[in-house]
Amino acid sequence: MAENGAFRSMVTRRRLLAVVGATGAALTKPAWAQRMVDLPLPGGPGAREITTTFPQKGPMILQRTRPPLLETPFEVFDKGVFTPNDQFYVRWHWALIPTEIDIDKFSLSVRGHVNKTLSLSLNDILHGLPSVQLSAVNQCSGNSRGFFQPRVSGGEWANGAMGNALWTGVRLKDVLDKAGVKPGAVQVRFKGLDEPVVADAPHFMKSLDIDHARDGEVMIAYAMNGEQLPLVNGFPLRLVVPGWYATYWVKMLNDIEVLDQPDTNYWTKVAYTIPDTQHASIKPGETGVKMIPINRMVPRSFVTNVASGSKVNAGAPSFLRGIAFGGDCGVASVDFSIDRGQSWHQAQLGKDEGKYGFRQWQTHITLPTPGEYSVLIRCTNSNGVAQPDTPSWNPAGFMRNVIESTDIMAV
Amino acid sequence: MFRNLLSLAVLLSIASTPLVARAVTPVELKSVKIDLPDSDKMFPDGSGSDAINNNCLACHSADMVLNQPSLSKQAWTAEVNKMINNYKAPIAPEDVGTIVEYLTTLKGAK
Repeated sequence: MAENGAFRSMVTRRRLLAVVGATGAALTKPAWAQRMVDLPLPGGPGAREITTTFPQKGPMILQRTRPPLLETPFEVFDKGVFTPNDQFYVRWHWALIPTEIDIDKFSLSVRGHVNKTLSLSLNDILHGLPSVQLSAVNQCSGNSRGFFQPRVSGGEWANGAMGNALWTGVRLKDVLDKAGVKPGAVQVRFKGLDEPVVADAPHFMKSLDIDHARDGEVMIAYAMNGEQLPLVNGFPLRLVVPGWYATYWVKMLNDIEVLDQPDTNYWTKVAYTIPDTQHASIKPGETGVKMIPINRMVPRSFVTNVASGSKVNAGAPSFLRGIAFGGDCGVASVDFSIDRGQSWHQAQLGKDEGKYGFRQWQTHITLPTPGEYSVLIRCTNSNGVAQPDTPSWNPAGFMRNVIESTDIMAV
Repeated sequence: MFRNLLSLAVLLSIASTPLVARAVTPVELKSVKIDLPDSDKMFPDGSGSDAINNNCLACHSADMVLNQPSLSKQAWTAEVNKMINNYKAPIAPEDVGTIVEYLTTLKGAK
């Protein structure tokens, strides 16, 4: 193998953008439109169309047309730690999504329990506040839901409802300070421009505790990977909540409300809740469990250059590469096992682009004799939390992070 | 941790942001106007397909429902009730049973 040099993730942004451009050029080939993918979901159905019909997006796995649910094809994650904007996954709750945004008319309101109500233009945000940048993973609470057993209803994602980007924007703290948060504030609620089709249905809103909102890390992003966000990824502004599940990363953010009472809205209090148990896991059918809002992410890791079912030469080193993330902190180590977890060996970590982002890893494995192997990859994060070896289960299909297994045949 | 683009400059510039902010912010936004694709996919013909087509497709396309695994009648009932109670789907009471039966026939637990 010739891959044992520097990681491919070590590209300059210029090169990353060049790759994105090349992908875009390939999309005009009509063959793409006919492509299907078969997601290996237990019990099926796994067949999905690869769609190229969404503006500003490349080939995406079509989970739902309206409101859009578009999954990142898994091979994209082998290209490096930054997921190209045009293949970054998409997930909307409501179908009324503005399809036209005039940057001169858009405004972000900051109101509620504040000294001064603000209406900020994009110019105010881009040019009136300090700019900050952060690499962070955005992962759907239900990423990998399709692998739950027993199966549960919802977006039947494989592992592609996640992505990592370099986010550019302003600190939420700076925006809140500009408005002046009054004493007694407890939460901050975020709302975007999307609306339910049915008028009395609950508008999508999420809240963070006031101290979290003011921690200096939560940000309002106006760019991902150096460019404005694709509209379906939340143009022009998206909340970025590093280390937390994407449900909090409100898209098309145009309203920030400081609350002096805990938020009781449906999307914060009822939807997106998890069992308050270890690994958010319960037994199927178990009831009477205390539920809490989903919050911090947990560590995960994947092989990206070898698919399950691949063949390699027995007794010879094979190159293995992938990505990992720590969840709510950095990656401490990525380990692999070729003997079903009896012994573990450290993989080599790639460049650290920031603790909340993807981290590439690589190693060589040697499968000693011909036969079938399950290669296990395990991330341990910098808080000492490792991926569990048994899958958790909850009725919403949230927070899957079991150690992944790749079946490889040595011949 | 945040990486300031020009960390020292930004630290010193909070009081006089506009010019410096422009310098550290290479991104300029452009207005966007797009058309989102729609789906004309209908639920497969069968007893109750009119009810599900008429009641469900206003809020979401059929594809995600057709991508669901086999689920029990109890699970399909909970799903339809969630659409009504939580998401305010205006489904006529007489259609609820028909839709649940349709989904259980199409995607019932084997």
